[in-house]
Amino acid sequence: MAHDHDHHHHHDHDHSELSETQLRVRALETILTEKGYVDPKALDAIVEMYETKIGPRNGAAVVAKAWTDPAFKQALLADATKAINALGHFARTGDHLIAVENTPQRHNMVVCTLCSCYPWEMLGLPPVWYKAAPYRSRAVKDPRGVLADFGVTLAKDTEIRVWDSTAETRFLVLPMRPAGTEGWSEDKLAELVTRDSMIGTGLPKAPAELKR
Amino acid sequence: MDSVAAAKAARAVPGVPQDDDGPVFKEPWQAQAFAIALALHERGVFTWNEWAATLSDEIKRSQAAGDPDTGETYYLHWLATLERLVAEKGVASREMLTEYRDAWDHACDRTPHGKPIELTPADFRH
Repeated sequence: MAHDHDHHHHHDHDHSELSETQLRVRALETILTEKGYVDPKALDAIVEMYETKIGPRNGAAVVAKAWTDPAFKQALLADATKAINALGHFARTGDHLIAVENTPQRHNMVVCTLCSCYPWEMLGLPPVWYKAAPYRSRAVKDPRGVLADFGVTLAKDTEIRVWDSTAETRFLVLPMRPAGTEGWSEDKLAELVTRDSMIGTGLPKAPAELKR
Repeated sequence: MDSVAAAKAARAVPGVPQDDDGPVFKEPWQAQAFAIALALHERGVFTWNEWAATLSDEIKRSQAAGDPDTGETYYLHWLATLERLVAEKGVASREMLTEYRDAWDHACDRTPHGKPIELTPADFRH
């Protein structure tokens, strides 16, 4: 597991963080739940309905660019924050974003979306189940089993590496480019890149899965 | 709750940021605040007319206080409207909102990174 809390400078940030606004939303949700006005599951269901509508979801474009532009891919893997900000056409990406590349030998999977470490501006909204503690602990102990639950079967000799975000280190999985996409434009390739493929709990869509 | 109710809300309330398919959100908390308003409306806590009037009042108040009204702050006004309406309707007082906000803040501070942040009774004693 990739735990390197020591490697960054803000040691005092090792506890969880929520913004002032997030605290106010949580306070409301808790009170309304306790008083029986809202059901957290129903709220989650509404939020899930909009999961593709939250945040700029720049990740797919970034992945598609990495698939077509070897120099960008190299820069992305070296320093994702720097590479993405250098593109200039996205809102500023937070610090310490690390891109990890899937290969036939290694599949990467990211856990921890519990607070500000989830790069939603890249990935959009985390799936609701992803926040659940059981998922998190199982992903660490039995990543292959978790992947199988999501319908992802990898070759037996593919190593699975689980990355656990630290307070200031966030991860973006660079999935493998699907076969049969030679000569595709970045825009078309981006349509294949799902959120789940960028957190490693899924694979990109196959060309045949694209809606016409 | 379904997309029909959500679409209705987005139409009934002026200014909700949307694309062709309906509401869009810049950050996850905005969708949560939207969902809470939807759920309270469904429970009959307020009508959309009432909501829109209060929201518009909140926006005017912020503008008078120097809010640039760029659309960036829309959901901050939305959240202020939620807080105001639950207080006015006797659902949760301002004091209670503050108390819970502080308790979450405490829970957050004592939770190591990566562990689920959970609110416990002890968080209210600080």
